[in-house]
Order: sequence, then C-alpha cells, then structure tokens
Amino acid sequence: MVPISYYLVLSGILFACGVTGFLIKRNIISIFMSIELMLNGVNLSFVAFAAQWHALSGQIFVFFVMVVAAAEAAVGLAIIIAVYRTRETLNIDRVDLLKL
Amino acid sequence: MTPNLHLWLIPVLPLLGAAANGLLGKKFSRQTVVAVALLFSGAAFAMVLLAASRFSSLTTPHIEYLATWIRAGKFQVDFSFYLDQLSLVMLLVVTGVGFLIHIYSVGYIWEEGGFYRFFAYLNLFMFFMLTLVLASNYLLMFIGWEGVGLASYLLIGFWFTKDSAAAAGKKAFIVNRIGDFGFLIALFLLIKHFGTLNFDQVFQGVVPMGAETGGAGLLTAVGLLLMVGAAGKSAQIPLYVWLPDAMEGPTPVSALIHAATMVTAGVYMVSRSHVIFERAPVAMTVVAIIGTLTALFAATIGITQTDIKKVLAYSTVSQLGYMFIACGVGAFSAAIFHLMTHAFFKGLLFLAAGSVIHAVSGEQDMRQMGGLRTKIPWTFWTMTIATFAITGIPPFAGFFSKDEILWRAYQASWVYWFIGLFTAFLTSFYMFRLWFMTFFGEYRGVAEDSHHEPAHDIAHADTRAGAPAPHGHGHGGIHESPRLMVVPLVVLAVLSFVGGWIGVPGALGGSNHFEKFLGPVFHATTLGAEGHGVATPENESEGPEPQAGHATELIFTGISVFAGLLGFGLAWLLYYRDPQLPQRIAASLGGLYQAVVHKYYIDELYAALFVKPLIAGSALILWHGIDRDVIDAALDNSAHGAREVSDSVRHMQSGNLRSYAGWVAAGAAVVIAYMIWMGTR
Amino acid sequence: MTHLIIFLAFGALCVAGAVNLLVQRHPINSALSLVVVMGSLAVEYLLLGAEFVAAVQVIVYAGAVMVLFVFVIMLLNAGEEERTRGSRVAMLLGIPGMLVGSVLVGWMLIGRTGRQTVAAGALPGAPRTIGWLLFHNFLLPFEVTSILVLIAIMGAVVLASHPDADTDRKES
Repeated sequence: MVPISYYLVLSGILFACGVTGFLIKRNIISIFMSIELMLNGVNLSFVAFAAQWHALSGQIFVFFVMVVAAAEAAVGLAIIIAVYRTRETLNIDRVDLLKL
Repeated sequence: MTPNLHLWLIPVLPLLGAAANGLLGKKFSRQTVVAVALLFSGAAFAMVLLAASRFSSLTTPHIEYLATWIRAGKFQVDFSFYLDQLSLVMLLVVTGVGFLIHIYSVGYIWEEGGFYRFFAYLNLFMFFMLTLVLASNYLLMFIGWEGVGLASYLLIGFWFTKDSAAAAGKKAFIVNRIGDFGFLIALFLLIKHFGTLNFDQVFQGVVPMGAETGGAGLLTAVGLLLMVGAAGKSAQIPLYVWLPDAMEGPTPVSALIHAATMVTAGVYMVSRSHVIFERAPVAMTVVAIIGTLTALFAATIGITQTDIKKVLAYSTVSQLGYMFIACGVGAFSAAIFHLMTHAFFKGLLFLAAGSVIHAVSGEQDMRQMGGLRTKIPWTFWTMTIATFAITGIPPFAGFFSKDEILWRAYQASWVYWFIGLFTAFLTSFYMFRLWFMTFFGEYRGVAEDSHHEPAHDIAHADTRAGAPAPHGHGHGGIHESPRLMVVPLVVLAVLSFVGGWIGVPGALGGSNHFEKFLGPVFHATTLGAEGHGVATPENESEGPEPQAGHATELIFTGISVFAGLLGFGLAWLLYYRDPQLPQRIAASLGGLYQAVVHKYYIDELYAALFVKPLIAGSALILWHGIDRDVIDAALDNSAHGAREVSDSVRHMQSGNLRSYAGWVAAGAAVVIAYMIWMGTR
Repeated sequence: MTHLIIFLAFGALCVAGAVNLLVQRHPINSALSLVVVMGSLAVEYLLLGAEFVAAVQVIVYAGAVMVLFVFVIMLLNAGEEERTRGSRVAMLLGIPGMLVGSVLVGWMLIGRTGRQTVAAGALPGAPRTIGWLLFHNFLLPFEVTSILVLIAIMGAVVLASHPDADTDRKES
C-alpha cells in the first residue's frame, strides 16, 4: 500500500530531470532524449491517477502518448540527420541562424 | 381643398440652374450659360407670379409638405414650405429684383473670366434665399440663412485672385457666423421649450404666454439671440463691419445680395418671429435702439466716403437700421414696406453705380468723376429717380415707407423719431453729394482728359490703392451701358417711382393697402391689454382718433420732407456752388473728421481686440500646444515607443534553442502558479 | 510492505538513471541510461497493475524508440559534447523556473492526495479490457493516430533521404 503521492513525486522528479536536461545539454540528441524522459514522467502520473480513480482511460491515454512519442521520435531524428548534413555539427549552440 | 402650388419648385429651379452652370458651365458657350441662368431664375419668378395669382383662393398660412428630414423621438423637422402674405411679398421682391439683376449681370460680366461661375453662384444664392423665405420651420430657414452667407462669400470673393477680395469674402463669412451662433442658441432654446421648430407650432405655443415685462425670461432671451443673428446678417451694430468690405465683389452682387435681398433676411426673420418679440418688450427696445444707433452711425460715415460703392454700402446699413427701428417699435409691416421700396431704389442705385463705373472704365472714386450727366443720360435719369426715392421726396417710393417708420417711431419715443429725422437729413445730404459729385461739374477723371488734376475734395479717404475692380476694357471714352444693363435700370426706376403708392397712409388720403395686405400676418396674434411697450396696433390709424392723428402725421411728414430738402440744399452748396468749401470744413474739424473718415477706427479696434488675440491664441494654444505637442507628439511618441519596445524585445529571439527552452520553463512556472492561485481562491 | 520496497527500489533506479542521463557527456551513455529508466518504469507500471502498458513500454519505448536513438547516434558518430557558451537565459530563468514549477506542482499534488493509498495491482489493465476500450470508446483517436504514424513515416523518409539520391533517381 503505497501512497499515491509517492508515485506522483517520482513522476515529478523525472519530469524535472527532463527539463533540466533540456536546458543543460548541448548535444541535440541528448536534448531529444530529455524530452523522452519528460514524456515518461508524464506517463507515470497518468497511470497512477488511473489507478487512483479506477479509470482505465488513463492507461489508454498512456498508450496514445507512446504512439505519438514514437512518431515524434522518428520525425525528430530525421530532422536531426538533416541538420547534421547541412551544419556538420550536433552542437545546438552552433545552430543559431534564426537569430535577429 | 388646399391646392398644391408646388412651392418646392420655387427654390429648386434656381438650384438646378446652379448645378447645370456649375458642373457643365465650363463647356457651355456664353450664350448657353446665360440662357440657363435666366431660364431657371425666370422660371422661379414665373412660379411666384403664378402663386400670387392664386393667392386669394388660399387659406393662410398655406403650408406644403415635401418630405420629412429629421425625426428624433418627438422632434421632427420637415422640408415644408410656408406661404402667407409676408412670404409672398418677400418672394416677389427676391425673384423679381433677382431676375432683373440677372439680366443686368449678363451685360456687366460679359467680358469677365469665370463667366459660368458667376451665374452658377447667383442661381445658388437664389436657391438659398428662396429656401430661407419659404421655410416653414426655423431649421430650414437656418439652412437658407447659412447658404446665403456661403453664396455671399463666394460672390464677394469672385475675383479671388485679388487679396482684398478674398479677405473681404472671409470677413463677411466669419462675421456672419458670429451672428449665426446667436441664432443657433435661440433655436436650441426653442427646441428645449417647445420641442419643435415649426413656425405655426412655436407661435401657437408662444401666444398664450404673457408679455415678459420684467425683462428676463425665455422669450426675451430668444428675441435677443435672434437679434444677434439678425445683426450679423443685416449688418447692424456691432456686426456691420463686413458690408463695406463686401463692395469688393461685382456690382450686381452688391445690388442683389447686399442691398435687396440677403441683408434683408434679418428683417424678415425678426418680422416672422414678431409673435415672440411682441411678448418681450426688452428685446424690442434693444432692437429699436440698435436700429437707431446703426442708422445714425452709418450715415455719419457715409458723408465722408469717396468711393461711390462705399457710400451706397453705408447707406444700406443705415436704411437697414430704419427697418429695425420699425421692428423695434412694433411696426412690422412698415419695416417690410421699407424693405420692399429699399430693394427697388437701393438695387437701382447699385446697378446705376455699376453702370457709371462701367462708363468710366472701372474708376470708383467719385473725386475722379463729374459732369457725366450729359454723357450717360439713361444712367443719370434712373439714378436721379433712385436718389429722390431714397431721400424721401414725395411721391417717390421711399417717402411713404420712411415716413411710416418715422411716424410709428414717434409714437413709441420722440428720441427715435428725432434721430431718424436727423439721419434722414444726413441721408439726403450724402446721396445728393454723390449725385452732384458724379454727374455735375466738370469731369475730373483721366479716362478722357489726362491733363486734369483731380479736384481736391474732402481730403484723402480710404480709397483702396489702385484700380478697384479689374473692369477696364479700354475701348476708350465715356459711354452709356449696353441695353441689357439699361433696361433693368428703367424697370427699377419705374418701381421706385410707383412702388410706394400701395402704402399711402390714411393721413394723406389713401388707405394703406400694403398694411392691410399684411394685416393677417401681424395682427392675428397681437397682445391684449396686458402687453405694453408695444406701439399701438396699426389699424388704429383709421380708428378712434382719425383727425388729430392725421394732423400730427401731416406735420411730421412735412418736417421730414423739409429735412430732405435741407440735405439737398447743403449738398448743392458744398458740391456745386463752392467745391472748395468742403475741404476747408474738413480741415477745420481736424481730428473729428479724421475719425469719421476712418470709420471711427472700428475695424482697427476689432482687429486689436478680437482678431489679433484670437490668431495669436490659436497659434500658441491650438497649434503649438495641442496640435503639435499633444496630437503629433502622441503619435510620434507612440511610434517611437513601439520601436523602443520591439528593439528591446527582439533580443529574445537569439536563435539559441536553450534560451527558448529557458523562457518556456519560466513561462510554464508562471502559468502553473497562476492556475494554482486561481484554483485555491 | 513488499509493495513499498519494490517501489522504492525501482524508483531509486529510475532517478539514478535520470540523473546519469544528465551527467554523462557522451550521448550513447545517456541513451543507455534512458533505457534503464524505461525498464524501471515498466516495473512501476506493473506495480500499479497496468500490464499492457508495461509490456508496451518495454516493447515499443525501450525496444524500438531507444534503439532508433542508438542507431542515430552511431550513424552520426556523435562524439563527446564540447563545452560551448550556452545561454544565460536558460540558466537564469529556466532552472529557477523549472524548480519553482515542480515545487508548486508537487506541493499541490501532495496536498490534494495526502494519505490516499493505492494497492499493488490496483487497476488490472489486461490486454482484453484495454483492447475493448480502444475499439469501442476510443476508436476515433485510435484511427487518427494510425494516420499520424503514417504521416510521421513519410515525413521521416523524406526528411532523412539523401539529397543526391533524388537526383540520381531522376537522371536514371
């Protein structure tokens, strides 16, 4: 019998780590992985709430989140490959042509 | 069954003429322009005659409704037209004299540029004036009121390339506007208290109200404000200053607008509102006093002027003063009578003066004229008739109307009568001065003989430097005007001679037809016993005390004729017998003479008191203070500020993804905090 | 009791993997840490009774998505990160913002849920039940996501295709 708040705290910690990784990391792929970490944290909270409220739609939603994350990963990595081809670098601080 | 006279056509026909000439006139030949102008104004005159012929079968007032104009709650203003005896008289004067002046103008303006423009403006003026006269409510009348002011501005400044003409036009319009302001406030008061501006409804509302003898009250306020408007339009003290300057316009314009019709609009308006005035004795007294002072004031200036048109201009102001004296003592039909005869002889005087000016190739200074009697006989004889008419010599028209006014004025207060009498003497003097200087003696001008020194008459006056109007046509010599110009002169001369005969008073053996004709307008709503300060109702001259009244009247008539002859004699002495005498008199009067010649420096006074401070204040406060420092500054600064803000914000877009992420995280925190706060409230 | 121990053990593993992801400099190490995180999360899901979700987590997330990441890292031969000057904004605004946000959220959630507990395997999410829901209540989102995946595939192919490959095809 674990209090539900424990799950939520864990989810929050994962999410916070994801955001921190997004802010700190310089490699584009690492940043992308931080995004995946964030999504995982969110998934955990969905499942926890589903268990609390006895609503299976929470788990269904997790399913959809995973599908979307997969699609997003595919497209995102393709973009990263394209960027690497043109800019020859994976350092995000080098990809700043859109500045004013 | 009230017949439909299609009154709306009367103003609209000249409007069509104005539109045709104004829009297409440039492409028309001169003949076409003339044909259009004469056709439409003549048609208006014909319609008025038609209405007059069927007048006896109408019930008065005859109101024709055309369309609704404003409807706001219970307040409604229609385009509807009002025909009664008063408006019929005005219509006949306006269209009749107007048509004659149109004919005269053809000859006068033939060689000028802007030919079609002139006739378009003339027709436009007719439209507005007829609207003013036919209106059945104050607002439609105000439209005509403003419109004639506009037409006057356009026509005074007809030769707009001349600075003085353009300035005169502006002056006329602006001074008129001051009067219009008073008129407007009066209208607002009427709306507030009666909820309508229709004549019959307002007057029905006023009739039960008693006289405001205390001097303070709604009707007094309305009356005084209406008088402000009339003072502006009809050139009374203190708003008369535009009329002498208006002589910059072509002479037919001066004849039509500034003698016969527009300036009489104030008199018409006051007469139309007689119901209000009769119940506000203080306002009536003010009207009479203004009229008296103006008549005297203008006459004194007129005796020193050397420009022939200026003399006539001041004469007009003075004669209008007479009309207001009549209104102020309650003799409204006498005022209208004088309005009519004045239209005849003053219109004739201006047209004849135009003919004189035409003859001497544009010269307007009387000191350069003289001896024209034999060279332009038609002009001379018609002008002579007009001069006799204005000075009140029987049996010419002016005699009957002026005497009527003086007699009624006496019955109110001998002061009015005395000043009016003295002014009649002055009128006679300056008119015969003009007559002698222009037509008698030797020719002093340069058109024929260039070796003549101009005779030294009354010293330097205010002639405008240089040629007055671009009118010289150099086909040398002094010549009579073309027939087109002479025929209207003759017609008006005939009217000046016989025009007074419809108003012969009982004392002289006639029965005053004119007064009887206007009776239903002015007597239907007179006060009963509680009114006072108003002259005795006019039908009493045939009433209880005929004999004694008649005898006194005859004596007074004799006195005024004597005054007229005295003026003639003095003018003969100073300008025929001994032409050097005026100069010696002027020199001996010194400063006083200078003041009169410079029109008592009123223009300078107004300029210093009002015009200059207004311009300075306007430049300082409105231009610098508000337009530049507030409005422009607001726009400039807001644009500047927008640029500053965007300049500082653009640094947010650094191209660096991590900074974007940082912003997003911070923003998300803010949003979360806000939502939590809202949720826990 | 065992529930709590297992939870804490695998929770600690999750957090360790996450922190390691942040700390490592070579992306391949971060990727492998992420795999650890996902595995532990699968166990957490099982604890909550979401069997289907746990299985999908392992098969799809850890088994397909992360493999994709690893492939790309190897393809691009990404080396260790260099130290480049980052963004001041990210540090000054982002980290505090994130901290504030998470503290707030955490405080809210803990406040709301308080002492409520959930048992192990509380909500059994068998494939049969999930499937029934998917194809009855959530049919529309299901179909839409299938289209979404199709579009993603096409997009990925187009974006990642070699530029020369197109011209070659045209010439031949």
